[in-house]
Formats: sequence, C-alpha cells, structure tokens
Amino acid sequence: MHDTAAAAASAEPQWVLPSRGPVAMYSLILAESSIFTIFVVAYLFYIGKSLTGPYPKDVLEVPIFATICLLSSSGTIHFAVAALRKGNTGAFGSWWFATLALGGIFLFETGREWHHLIYEQGLTISTNLFGTTYYSLVGLHGSHVTVGLILLALGMIFMLMGKVRQEHAERAEVFSLYWHFVDEVWVVVFTVVYIVGR
Amino acid sequence: MASESIALPRAAESTPGITERLHEWVVTVDHKKIGLMYILYALVFLVIGGIEATIMRIQLIVPHNNFVSPQVFNRMMTMHGTTMIFFVAMPILFGFGNYLVPLMIGARDMAFPRLNAFSFWLMAFGGLLLYFSFIGGTGLYGAGSAPDVGWWAYAPLTSRAFSKGHSTDFWTLAVLVSGFGSIGTAVNFIATIISMRCPGMTLGKMPLLAWMNLVMAGLVLLAISPLTAAQAMLMLDRYMGAHFFDTQAGGSAAIWMHFFWIFGHPEVYVLIIPCFAFVSEIVPVFSRKPIFGYPVMVGATVAIGFVSMTVWAHHMFTIGMTSYANAFFTFSTMVVGIPTGIKIFNWIGTMWGGKILLKAPMLFCIAFIFQFLIAGLTGIMLAAAPFDWQLGNSYFVVAHFHYVIVGGILFALFGAFYYWFPKMSGRMYNEGLAKLHFWIFFIGFHLTFDLMHIPGMLGMPRRIYTYEPGRGWDIWNLLITIGVFFQIAGVLVFVGNLLWSLLKGRSAGNDPWDAWTLEWATSSPPPDYNFASVPTVRSRRPLWDLKHPEDPDWKYE
Repeated sequence: MHDTAAAAASAEPQWVLPSRGPVAMYSLILAESSIFTIFVVAYLFYIGKSLTGPYPKDVLEVPIFATICLLSSSGTIHFAVAALRKGNTGAFGSWWFATLALGGIFLFETGREWHHLIYEQGLTISTNLFGTTYYSLVGLHGSHVTVGLILLALGMIFMLMGKVRQEHAERAEVFSLYWHFVDEVWVVVFTVVYIVGR
Repeated sequence: MASESIALPRAAESTPGITERLHEWVVTVDHKKIGLMYILYALVFLVIGGIEATIMRIQLIVPHNNFVSPQVFNRMMTMHGTTMIFFVAMPILFGFGNYLVPLMIGARDMAFPRLNAFSFWLMAFGGLLLYFSFIGGTGLYGAGSAPDVGWWAYAPLTSRAFSKGHSTDFWTLAVLVSGFGSIGTAVNFIATIISMRCPGMTLGKMPLLAWMNLVMAGLVLLAISPLTAAQAMLMLDRYMGAHFFDTQAGGSAAIWMHFFWIFGHPEVYVLIIPCFAFVSEIVPVFSRKPIFGYPVMVGATVAIGFVSMTVWAHHMFTIGMTSYANAFFTFSTMVVGIPTGIKIFNWIGTMWGGKILLKAPMLFCIAFIFQFLIAGLTGIMLAAAPFDWQLGNSYFVVAHFHYVIVGGILFALFGAFYYWFPKMSGRMYNEGLAKLHFWIFFIGFHLTFDLMHIPGMLGMPRRIYTYEPGRGWDIWNLLITIGVFFQIAGVLVFVGNLLWSLLKGRSAGNDPWDAWTLEWATSSPPPDYNFASVPTVRSRRPLWDLKHPEDPDWKYE
C-alpha cells in the first residue's frame, strides 16, 4: 500500500507525453501517404495501357541531377535542425538556405522536363493515359515540394529578421519530418515512373 | 477570491447583444463550442436529408406514382446519401468526439484549437457548396441542378459527356473540402489523445470512448485520403481532359469503384466505431458495473480498424472479379464479424448480473446491440459472393446498410444525446418524452427496415424511381413508407424534448447518472477551462475512486 502510494507520488513529476507537433506531423504524413498510394496505384495500373503515343520509353529521360539535389537536401535539413538544437543559428541559416536552394533546383529541373515534354514531345495531361498519370503523379509530388519551398522561404525570412532562436528547434524539426517525407515519396515516384514504367 | 473579483464584473455587464454572442460562436476555438456547432449543424442537415428520404419514400408508396419526376428522384437519392454520410453522420460524431474527448482525458482543449475551428468551417462550407448546386448547378448548359450521379458517383456517369453543367463539380468540391476538414479533425484527435492526457492516464487507463475515437481518427486518415485522391482525379478528368476514368481512352470505370470503396467501406467503421464508444460508456453506467473485458474491447476495436481496410471489394462482387478476389473479399469480410461479435459479447457480459436501469440512454443502447447484431448477420449473408450475386443491388442491400446506419448508428446517437444532454446543457431532459420517442421511433424503424428486406428478396432493384404493380412489392412498399412517418413523429418528439428541456428542464447537477469518467467531475455545462486544476487519475474509473476511497479501482487493475 505505502509502497505503491510512494511509487505513484514519485512517478507523478515524470509524466511526459510525446510532443503534439511531431505526433500531428506523423498523422498528416500517414494521410498523405495514403493519397500518394492511390496515385501510384493508378500509375502502375495504367502502365502500357495508353492507346496512342508518345510512350514513356520514347520521351522520358532519367532526372539524375535533380534526384541527387532533392535527396541531398534531406541531409542539409538534418544538419540545419541539429545546428539549431545546439543554438548555432549561423550554421542553421547556411544549411537551411542550402536546403532551399537544392529544393529550388529540383523544382526548376522538373519545370524544364515538363517544358521539354509539352513543347517538344507534345505530351500533355490529355494526350493519353501516360500523360494523365505522369503529370498527376509527378505534379502531386511537385506541389508538395512547392509547399515545402514556401515554408523554407518563410523560415529563411524569419532567420534574416533574426527571429529564429534555439527554442524553435522543435518547429524546424517538425518541418524537417515533412521534408524527409517529400524526399522519400520521390524515391517511390522515381522508381515507379523512371524505372518500372519506362 | 481573485477569480471571483474577475468573474463579477463580467457577470454584471453580461447581457451581450445577439450579434455579440453570435460573433463569439463564429470566432471560438473552444472545443466544447465547436463540438456543439458540429452537432447543431448536423441536426439541421439531418432534417434536410430526412426530407429527401421522405420524398423518395412518398414516390415509392404506390406503383406508377408521379409524385416527383425520375430526374428529381435521382437528385434526392444522391443528395440524401451524400448529406447523411458527409454532413450528418461524420459531423455529429466529430462533434461528440470534440466535446467529450478532452473532457474525458482531463485536458483543457484539443491539441490544436485553431486547426479544430478551421476543420469545422471547412466541413460547414462544404455542406453549403453541396446545397448551392440547387442554384448554381445548371451552369450554361441548361442541365439539371443538384447532383444526380448517386453518392458513389460511378464512372463514366460522372464524365462531361453524361454529367453536363456543374452539379457533379459541386458534389466533387463539397466532398473534397469536407474531406480536408475531416483529415484536420483526425490529426487533431490523434495529437490530443496521444499528447494531452492528464497525469496518470496511461493508454491502459483511458476511457474506451477516447480509445475508439483514436482508432476512428486513424481510419479517417487512411480512408478519407483515398477519396480525396479519387476526387482530385475526377476533377482532372472533368476540367483538364485527363483520362483516369475515361473508358474511350483506355481508362477504367472499375478502378473508380475500387478507389471509392477503399474509402467507402472503412467509412462505415469511421461512423460505427464512435457509436461503439457511446455504447461502451453508457452500458456500464446503467448496469452499475465496470465494462466487461476492457483490454479485449480495445484489441477488438484495433482489429476492426485493420481488417476494415481489406474488405472494400465486397461492394463489387456483381461487377465480375476473379474467383481469387471473390474468395479473398468474402473471407476478409467474414473475419470482421469476429471482433464485432466479441464486442457484442462484452456489452452483454457487462449487463449480465448488473443492476440495469432502463432509462432512455440505456433503452437506445440495448436496441442498438440487437439491431446491430441483425445488421451484422445480413452483412455476413451479403459477404458470401454467390448470395451477393443474387441479392446485390436489390432492396435487401438497402435494408442491410440502413439497419447499420439507422438501427446502429442513429440509435446509439440518440442514446448519446440523452446521456450527455445534461452535461452539455446543464438541464435534465424529460424522461417520459424520451421513452415515447424511443418507442415511436423503434416501431417506425422496424416497420420500415425489417420489411424492406422482403421486396429485395422478391427482386426489387435499388435506385429505381417507380415499379410495375402486381409483382408482390406493393404492400411492402406501402408499409415501409408508413414506417417513415412513425420515424418522423419520433424525431419530432426528440427535437421537442430537447428544446423544451433546454428552456424548462430541471437543473441536472454535475453528475446526474452517478457515472465514473472525468467529464462528470466538472460543472454542467463545463467552464471554458474545463477543470480548475488538472486532475490526476489512477484507474479507469477516476470518479469511482473519488466516491469510494475505501474501495478504489486502482487496487484491482
């Protein structure tokens, strides 16, 4: 009796629950994964079912440079968050900017690829099933990159205004979870579109 | 002292005008106010959806009836289904969850109060968007007004060629927007339940209502998102000339059915699991016993959550799938019956040997248990693929799922209304009127939906606006429609009881049911901050421990 009461009393101050920010972000990622799954399934289901050209093997080039940029931005944001946790806002700013730049390059490269496909190969979303599934899947991912870039730019503005401090490390980390997710989805999209589907 | 001196001047100047009070509700981020707004909003749409159902039933009361045109019948059918699922059942359950979960876990609000308000308004405007189609749906084509593609909106009926005008776009947008609201609410529920529990409330000591809302929120994330994706594809098809569901360009109509039912079947569990939660809270209190088999209840809920993700294609046996797919979906659907059966066993186990008080909430819960059992049994029948080939797309199916939604979900909701009304309003409802409501509605429900199985077995297809006389369906359709009027009378008694009790009911006190969970520890209605000091719990029934310090629960758990 006395032992349990004492144990309960000593346990009370240690009542720590998971922080709500990461829990919410993981939940959102679960929902997003399920949205992406449907688009990926549609892509896989319609591979080779286009009635007319152009076909993937004729027009798609593997975007190696863009992929390297996006995947390495996962590393830079990790270093940014680690630096902020130590209170090193200068290093945080540099890594954060590197992430923004790498993400920007990726989006620019996607834009160039789309320009090539639309104006030189004549492939649009309404051309055939390949166009439909390609633009919607890559576009869905691209829209997530865009949202990430807007948030990164917002963080950069706060940084330049000198408003980012060590106690904001958790918020940066919650965002980094989203950014890692966007990168991981690209691994799936890349595999499906440029390896399996080509 | 300090708090009194702050409270007094507020009370003195507090006769704010109607606009001020309205403004306070519009800008609120308080989980209780948002919860009540969800519930009121859903009740308004319940009446609208009910009127649409009544119009359909009047049209079908006799063969060759001309009460409404076939076009209007299709619109009523689509609007009834869409309204009842997205703008009645989901908001009303989110409303109860919003109101109760923070109170039951000893928190002062949801994890993200502003996201909570945002989610509510998304859902509210989604509903307005759907009903705006009556005005804006015709577009420039002179086409029909409200959507008429059915709530499942099968392709290629939704393509531009067959759905001219904007009505289908309003349907898509309304469902998409309210879907974003649902995802926001689900994220909020999960973060609240994981991160905001009061000291001592480990997951194993959490009330079953919180557990079941956690599972429901997880299902929303996994089930509503595919619908969001499918709606995005449909919009691409309609606006940008994409070919996802365009069979002329090699697209597939069947894949829309898959995407829709990957959402559609877990959605049933999104709706029924919070109702399991109500029953799991009400039955113990009115049996004066703790819930029987708490860990098994939690396990069964999680199991239902997982299995429900693998059963969707039992809605599609009649489209001709491979025998492997038929066998798999027959099997997985029957597996859901096991955890569901465990729950029914446990509720009866809770009542067994208990001192049962037959108040209105308990009456509704007992009816729920037996009606849900029957709905499950017809579900098992339809899960067998060969049986489904015979009765799929007949009134037997309509009877089956209305048995789940009305006999299950709505009965549990009425029970929840009577059980928590004293907490939400601070006043008791009228027990006599509540029992009158129960019996009238009970008779109406059974008249309508028991009998509806029969024309289904006699071959009456669903979704038809009229039928030939002399096929043996006439008398059943007449009786089914008469049952509807009993249900309307029951709902009128219910609404009247709520309004009368809100104004004239006697004061309820903090804990009218001598219950055991934390929401009864605070005043009725609870203050903005819920609890003056955050409670600490040591068992699943914290108020029992408080009332019986000589024999607390935590000695045995």
